[in-house]
Formats: sequence, structure tokens, C-alpha cells
Amino acid sequence: MTVSETSPAGTAAAVSETSPAATDAAVSETSPAATDAAVSETSPAGTRTHCPYCALQCGTLLGRTDGPGSGGGSVSVSPDPDFPVNQGGLCQKGWTAPAVLDVPDRLTTPLVRGADGRLAPAGWDEALGLVARRLREIRDEHGPEALAVFGGGGLTNEKAYTLGKFARLALGTSQIDYNGRFCMSSAAAAQNAAFGVDRGLPFPVTDLGRADVVLLAGANPAETMPPLLRHLDRASLIVIDPRRTRTAARAALHLQPTPGTDLALALGLLHLAVTDGHLDKTYLDERTEGFDETWARAVTWWPERVEAVTGVAVSELRSAVRMLAEAERAYVLTGRGAEQHSKGSDTVAAFINLSLALGLPGREGSGFGTLTGQGNGQGGRELGQKADQLPGYRSLTDPAARAHLARVWGVDPERLPGPGRSAYELLDALGTDDGPRALLVLGSNPVVSAPDAGRIARRLGALDLLVVADFVPSETARMADVVLPVTQWAEEEGTLTNLEGRVLRRRRLLDPPPGVRGDLDVLHGIAVRLGEPASRYPRRPREVFEELRAATAGGPADYSGVSYERLDRDEELYWPCPEGSSGTPRLFLDGFAHPGGRARFQAVEHRDAAELPSPDFPLYATTGRVLAQYQSGAQTRRVAELTEAAPEPYVEVHPDTAARASLADGQLARVSSARGAVLAKVRYEPSLRTDTVFVPFHFPGEGRANLVTHAALDPRSRMPEFKVCAVRIEAAR
Amino acid sequence: MSDADVDTAERIVVAGYGPAAHRLVERLAHRGHGGAVTVLGAEPEPAYQRPLLTSVVDGTLPSGALRLPAAPEGVRLLLGVTATAVDRERRLVHSDDGRSHPYDRLVLATGAAPRLPDLPWLHGSDGQLPAGVRVLRTLDDTAALAGAAPVTVVGGGPLAVEAVLALRRLGRDVTLVHRGPYPLDRHLDPRAGELLSARLRALDVDLCLGRTARAYADGKLRLDDGRCVAAHDVLLCTGAAPRDGLARSAGLAVDGGVFVDDELRTDDPRVHAIGDCARPAGPAGSYGGHTTAWEQAETLALLLTGDDFPPARSRPVLRLRARELDLVRLGAPDGADETVVLADAARGRYARLSLRDNRVCGAVLLGLDRAIAAVARLYQRGEPVPADRLALLLGAAPEYAGEELPGDVVVCHCSNVTGTDLEAAWQAGARTPAALTAATRASTGCGSCGDELRRWCTEFVRREEAVSA
Repeated sequence: MTVSETSPAGTAAAVSETSPAATDAAVSETSPAATDAAVSETSPAGTRTHCPYCALQCGTLLGRTDGPGSGGGSVSVSPDPDFPVNQGGLCQKGWTAPAVLDVPDRLTTPLVRGADGRLAPAGWDEALGLVARRLREIRDEHGPEALAVFGGGGLTNEKAYTLGKFARLALGTSQIDYNGRFCMSSAAAAQNAAFGVDRGLPFPVTDLGRADVVLLAGANPAETMPPLLRHLDRASLIVIDPRRTRTAARAALHLQPTPGTDLALALGLLHLAVTDGHLDKTYLDERTEGFDETWARAVTWWPERVEAVTGVAVSELRSAVRMLAEAERAYVLTGRGAEQHSKGSDTVAAFINLSLALGLPGREGSGFGTLTGQGNGQGGRELGQKADQLPGYRSLTDPAARAHLARVWGVDPERLPGPGRSAYELLDALGTDDGPRALLVLGSNPVVSAPDAGRIARRLGALDLLVVADFVPSETARMADVVLPVTQWAEEEGTLTNLEGRVLRRRRLLDPPPGVRGDLDVLHGIAVRLGEPASRYPRRPREVFEELRAATAGGPADYSGVSYERLDRDEELYWPCPEGSSGTPRLFLDGFAHPGGRARFQAVEHRDAAELPSPDFPLYATTGRVLAQYQSGAQTRRVAELTEAAPEPYVEVHPDTAARASLADGQLARVSSARGAVLAKVRYEPSLRTDTVFVPFHFPGEGRANLVTHAALDPRSRMPEFKVCAVRIEAAR
Repeated sequence: MSDADVDTAERIVVAGYGPAAHRLVERLAHRGHGGAVTVLGAEPEPAYQRPLLTSVVDGTLPSGALRLPAAPEGVRLLLGVTATAVDRERRLVHSDDGRSHPYDRLVLATGAAPRLPDLPWLHGSDGQLPAGVRVLRTLDDTAALAGAAPVTVVGGGPLAVEAVLALRRLGRDVTLVHRGPYPLDRHLDPRAGELLSARLRALDVDLCLGRTARAYADGKLRLDDGRCVAAHDVLLCTGAAPRDGLARSAGLAVDGGVFVDDELRTDDPRVHAIGDCARPAGPAGSYGGHTTAWEQAETLALLLTGDDFPPARSRPVLRLRARELDLVRLGAPDGADETVVLADAARGRYARLSLRDNRVCGAVLLGLDRAIAAVARLYQRGEPVPADRLALLLGAAPEYAGEELPGDVVVCHCSNVTGTDLEAAWQAGARTPAALTAATRASTGCGSCGDELRRWCTEFVRREEAVSA
């Protein structure tokens, strides 16, 4: 907590002599502030852009008011009534998003940790020069694999793309991954295996509005993306969640399984689909393969056995299958509740198997999908910041993909490193003998959001160099050796790809505060100082996007037909969108993306959670989200209205369970696992299972839910097991 | 067992290839067992899911659908081959095809055979069952049960009840002959038994209770009260006896199953037994069935591959597999310090919950679907039961206990707007739902509180009218 000395007013003055335009004159003559002002589309109603938070990317209209200050205080926001995803809706986070633009501790100058161990203001040239020098030194001594990059699912497409290119070319390292690994990786692995491609929703979100039945497996959109519910008004909902969430409370049928047993549940639903005569045999024959091997697993999951494992009554399992099978239009959607497990990929696969057995995917009006979480969780997972990927959802191990990218980037394919460590493995290796010694973090706050967060904070502390680019002093930024202040949503141009695979324009309303630079500019500045050609790292988003089009051309996620011009003409462009095409709102109608066009069943088997309750830790803990906070809370905890709604860490406990631990409602409790403990206020919740407690993960310090979570990884996706671990609860002394 | 005892290159021979043996060889492969594995399966079929035979009987599944996944690569699978003798001295298993199979570890997984009642008319001079009399133990047996003619089931255990229901699903006329006072009389108290009998009668099952069959001829089964019941087929569901003959002839300790210790060892440390043929320490005649068998297979796979910490075993639960009626029996009422009874004869619902130290020690639940799921979990985990016993038994979704003042009620969760906020906006001049929305952002998120907003609007109008009147 050493940044308190850097008040925005003071720092701005201190660095005023180093304006970006002046310092980088040698490497670029265009000041980023000037470049894209012309492209902002400003209608009479205001600047049309999208909310900075979740993957719904609600359309918003920004305007200037005569409110205080030049930042958020002078910005008005209203929902865009014409954008089909939110249909004029916006949740409290979206309404208050302008407040993040001028939070009191907004970072407006680079900070460098001095000899006294404190972060102090520095000029950009000094900060970038220091970063480049240290990166070079560490690389010279330990090789390029000692340099690592950690990205985020909130970064624009242009940033995500550039970050991957920067790591592989400017740093020459394989060590890059991003926080989307903690978010979408299980769904991605399962969808790729089943369908040959992974687009969160392979159909426009508005299709859900005509559904008769929607099954939500481990999704709680009433808290996490409220405007989505506008599309779920008509459908009868089946909600699978160990908690009676706000979404579950609206459901026609709520299945409340023991944490960590969703896979058994899904196998049981498939079993019932077969034994109750709901198998779509024609669809199976014509459009799928691999059913027999899958059934040979599901045959052992008859409903009474599933009931014993999950605690969900046979009658309810049967109702769920009947509702889905009898609906004319039905969807199966998964969320993090099903995916954030050490068997998350297999669990998603099991729900895909169910939807295939019922003949849903690739049929207009029905389907399977996953609700992507972060703002650019879709674009972020397919444009090259993932350890095993190249832009366009290409594989880093595919020689043809490597050759294509090498051509676009003007380098020898040999120069591209191979796949690196996955997010948790990368973080866990930091500062170890054969792990990275320098880390650059963009758009992420792993001190709060990584599993086993106490351990990860110690690993970050063992680095020789930690560089964090952010617009607020996040918990991770506070640990950094160098902090680089960057722009945020309403101050920048770019594109994001929302949960339906639709590419959207982010448009600028405001100039960033003095002293703040765009992430592209930061990467450019470091790369050039590392000796890379300046032209390889454009600073204007539009230029990056032009390159990104070429880079993704021919890949599964093909953006080559998308352009800022088309987007600014309000064209609805869903990838794949090859040059000249009008995009693909609905995938799979004519066939799946595997050779031969068939979807593939995956023969998966249930297994226990990596950690089960024991005498020392007799309860299940599960983690999740609340409406008024977003992810690690770095942004939303700085908004007074949101902090008022969700002020502090809490733990939901069944009153019986609380009584046995002698805990009163409202009392401060310690929730401990084998790894650590989180302090949180007890909240009685009679609808909770007596064997389970729930802790939201948005809070910092001793209130970090991830101090107790377990980093057991999914063997396919490398997703950590955020959703279940064993804990005990007691009064905090 | 310590690591030193385990040589992962051991040759393992498994006698039998039912679900327990299948699970064992899968788990051995999963755990990386390096030695040769040979399986002798007496049936010509590869392993199949025996507990689902009634689903084949009622036509829900074709017989091929019961097949379990293929054995892991490298397993030497000999089908239609029965182990006939064990030479423990030379560590050889002899089989009926004349071959012999050397082992370092032998696993007996020979299962169980139908137990036939001691009725003279059943046992002809040729040792075969009379024509039309059948058992239900193998896939072959299900084929013989095809047809539409009346059938009589003899027996009163879970398989008898499940078979009766499966045959009724086919539309066949079914009679159940059982010598006990009601079906499942070994598991249920009389009140539950009455309700079960009533339910079966309501499903048009002809129940002949307290009766035994005296003779069978010309499609008629004559009972000891002189009554004759139609029985084109007679299906004997009168229990199963562990197939322990191989162990017995090898000189291993046997009595209604092959005795095994906690590590599933027989009295020869190189010979193990799992599944229906094994008799673990504890009371005989447990009713764990397939769950116990699988757990034994998993435990043995761990032990044979050098794991010291086999998982805890689950407690036996009898859960009827029939869509027409939900029934569970678990534990025993002995030693209970609290008993909760709920009987709703009109709707066939019944619960007898036996608690000790606030935990379930025994229960019989009938027709209470959600309670069955919840109570079985509590029993398995040894967890305290919720204070509200009735809510547990009714499976009711608990409501919030606390009472909130209306003004503190959050009307719009998406924008965190309370009734008090709405009232303030009303007082400030927002007099329509749309105006309230504009003033407070209520109903701008998920949109689900629109109706509530209108109700509040009406309520404000009513209050003002009340004041002015």
C-alpha cells in the first residue's frame, strides 16, 4: 500500500514535462491522443459504445454533461434502445460505469519502485526505458523464457492481438497466458472437441427470446448479466445450481446438486433422455458420431445412482429431461458453475452430449451455448494471448498456422515459440528456478482473481521484475516494480467480440487524462526499446485491426471481412466473417466444423472433486459473483453506489450450519481451507444446502475468497477448481 | 499395505467379468498397472450393466445398450471361459477350455447366482427348471421373458418388485406371489409395506401375500391356499447366492460368500474377492449391491497399484429402481433417540426417519421424492439433519425466515432500488411507472420487476387517496 503518496494532482504536475508526444518523438510522430479522434461516431444522442464490463456488451450512449471535472463526472450514460442484446436495459454496474473514469486514485503517471521500496512517480521515458532495460538484462542472463506476459479477457481485440505478437516476437517467449483461462477454457475445450469451433453462443442472443425451455447449468445471469434475462422471459427455465440464486428462484425447475457433481448430473440426464425415449435418432445418424462409446459411459448413470451422488431427486431429473425434450425450441447453456472445476471440460462435454442426444445444436431455434463472462472473453480467447494459440483461433502447433502468422508478421516461422504454460502454471512458476523472472500484466488482477491467491501473491513477490499496466492501483499493481497508467473504455477506440461472436465497436468519448497512454502505445514503447521495428506494433487500433484481419483470414475465427467502416455502418457481423461475406449469425445450420460436418460425442466419465470435505474441513465452499461487483472488483469497488450495494466480503451459510459453529447473522467469520483463510461476514441463507457455504470473490486483502480455493487443474483445459473446495467455518477472533 | 508389498508388474488374473471386474480392470489401467491382466468371463457377452436388466425386460433399452465400455487396451479378455479350479500352491487358475493361467494376484469376481426356493415342483430329475420357469440374472434371461401372456413373479425383494413393475409397463398381467406379509418385508415396517402393497395393487398387480407356490402346470401356478393364478411364465426373484464354489474348492474360507478383510484379501494374501461373491467383515446379507461392488473394485485397484489410502466406503442404501414409485430404505432404526413419522396414505407418502445425535441412522421413505434424495445424502455423509424436519421431509424450498419492512425491500435488484427509494421518487413527482424508472433506474436491468413497479405505483395512489379521503 505504498501508492498513497501519488495523489493524481501531485503526480500530474511532477510528470508534466514528459508529455507522451515529446518523449517518444524518436519512435513515433503521432500522438495517440490525436490519432483516432476523428473516427468517434457521435450521434445527437451521444457516442455509441458498449458497457465496459461483461460479455453482454450492452449498447450504451455516452454524452457530456456539465457535471464536475473533465472525466466521469461530466459523462452521462444511457442504454442504447436500438442494440438488440440489452434492448434498452442496463444493470447498476453499467449505469455507474462513468464513475470509474475519474476515481480519485486513477493512475495518471507511471510509477517506479524506488530504493526505499515505495512506488514513486516517474516519467514515461524513464519507466519504459527501465522496463526495457530490465527485460533485456533478464533475457540476456536467463533466456527469453524468463520473460512472461499475463493478459486479460477485458482487453480489446486489438490489444489482445498485439499482446500475443509482442510476447512471441518482441520478448521471444512462449510464456504468455491470460485470465480467460480461469473463465472460458473448459467451455472452449469442450466446444472445440464437439463442434470443431468454439463460439460462446453460436447463435444471436435474441434467438433465446423465442425459446420454450432453456437449461442453465451453473449460470446465474440474474446477478452476472441481468439484461440477458430480457431474452429469457418467455422460456421456462431449468436452473442447475447448488445455490438458490436469483436466477434459480425464477426457474420453473431448480436442480440443486452437491457441489462438484454436475458431471454425474449431466450423465444422468443423458441416460434418462435415452431410457425415456427422447433420443433424436435421425439427428444422431445424420449429424453426429461417437454416440455408442458415450452411451457405454452413461449407461452406468441410471437416475437412482445419479440421485445418490448429486442429491437431486430422480423425479426432478426426469422432469428436466422431459421439459427439454418436449419443447419445440430448447437451449442448453453452461456457465462458470459447471466449468470452473478440475473436470470442467468433461462436464461441458456431458451437457453438449445431452443437447446432441436431443438434437438441439445446429438447428434454428434450438442449440447449445456457453455464457461467456468477461467483456471480451470471446475475442480474448481467439486472438493470440492464450498459451497455445495464434490469432483467428489457430493452433500454435499447427505448421500451416505458424507459417501463415509468420508471413503476416514478416518473420521466419522458426522464430515463433511453441505453446507455453497455462495461466495458473505460469503464475505458479514465477520466480522459481526454471520459471519466469519478469512478468508484464495487462488487464488482470491475479492477486485477487487467481486460485490459491496467497500462494500466487508470494510467487509474484518472488519476481525480479513485475510490470503492471492498469488504470487504477489494483492489488496486483500495488505489488509491481513499475506501474504504467493506461486508458479505459470511454477513452479509447477498438473492437470487442461479445458472447454471441458479434464484433462490436468501442468508441471514444473523452481524451484520456494527461499522462495516461493506451495499452497499444505502451507495448509499442517497450517493443521499440527492445529493438523491434516501430512499424511492427501500430499504436492506432484501426491499424492493428487491419493487420488482425489478415492474421485471422482463413482461421476458424475469421475476422477478415470485418472492418471499422462496416461496423460503423451498423452491420451486424458475427465471425466467421471472411472477406466479402456478411458474417455468420448462426453456426452449424448446414454442418459442424469438423471434417465431414458431424458433431462429436465425447465419452466422458464422472469423477469426484479434487478435494472433498473431511473431518478438519467438513463443508463445501463455492465461490461466485454478485451483481454490484465485477471480477476482482478493481473497478467496481471504486464506485460509491456499487460499494453501497455490495460493501464487503460475506459468506452465505445455512442457519443450521451457522448455529452449529455458534455464528450469528452478521458476525465476522473465518472460512479456512487447507491453503488459507478468508474473513467474511456471516449472512444467513436458509435456501442454501447445509453442507455448503458461498463466498463472493470480488474483495481484496483478507476478504479474498481465493485464499481458500484449490488450484487443482482440469487436465484438458487447465481450468482451476474455483467452484469447490473443502472448508470449515468459525468465528473470527 | 505399504509400497514394498506391491510390485506393479504383477500378473493379475480376474475370475469373472461383471460390472465389478470391469471397473477393476479399468481402474488398474487408469492407475498405470504395468503387469499382465487376464480376465476370464463365463458369459459369451463382454461386461454389461447387470442392474439395468429390468430396463431390457420392459423394452426401454435393447440388450446391446447395456454393454460397458471396451476393456482397456492390453487386457487379455477370455470370454465364454469359466475358471474351474485354483492351484494356490503353483498360483495357477485352470479354466474350462483346458488352459491354465499363472497369477501373482488372483481376484475372484464370480458374482452371484439366483437362489431357488426349496420347492419340490421346481426341481425335476434332470436338475433343470421346469419349462416356463425363469430367473433374471443375465441378458439371456431377458430374452426368454419376451411375450404378452400373463406372468407370475415369485419373491418379495427389490428385484421382484422392479421386475413386476417392468412387466406391468409392458402391459402384461402380473401376479406377485410372496410368502411374506408384504413386498420388501425385510426392509420396510408394516405401515410402509401396506402403502407399497396398495401402490402395487393400484398398478393392477395381483398380490398374493403370505402364500407359497405348490405346483405349476398348464400355465397355472397353484398356491398353498388352493388358488390358481395365470402364469404363462413364472419368474423366480427369490434372491441370489454368492458364487463361492471356486473359492471353496480352493480351500479358502467361505460361508455365504468368500470372506475378505478390509483390504479385500481372502485368507490367502494373493487372492482377493470383490462384488457379489465376496463377504466383507460385518453382518452377512448386506444389500449394497452394485455400489458396494464398484467401491470394492476401486479400492482394490488402488491397493494393487500401491495406494495406502483407499477412499471411505459408502453405507448401503436400498433405492428402488422404478419410475412408478420412489422408495428408499437405509440404515436401521436401532438406537434412535428421535423418530419422525409422516404418513399420508391418501397420496401414498410415508416417512419414518430414525435419528441419533441429530443424524440419520435409519429411514424408510416412500413417495417423497425430494426427501429421498436429501435424506440419503445426509445419511451417506453422516451430516446433521436440518432443524426443520418437516421441511426436509416435504422437500419444500425453504423461504427466507427474516421479515423485512416493506420499505427496505429491494424492488429492483439490478439497480438496487428499495421501496423507500421509490416512495422518495414518487414524492419528488415521479407519478407513473415510467417516471419512477427514469428517476430511480428501477426495472432497467433484467426488466423483471416491471409488474412490481406498477403495484407500488398503485399503492402510492391508494395511500394518497386514503389520506385525502
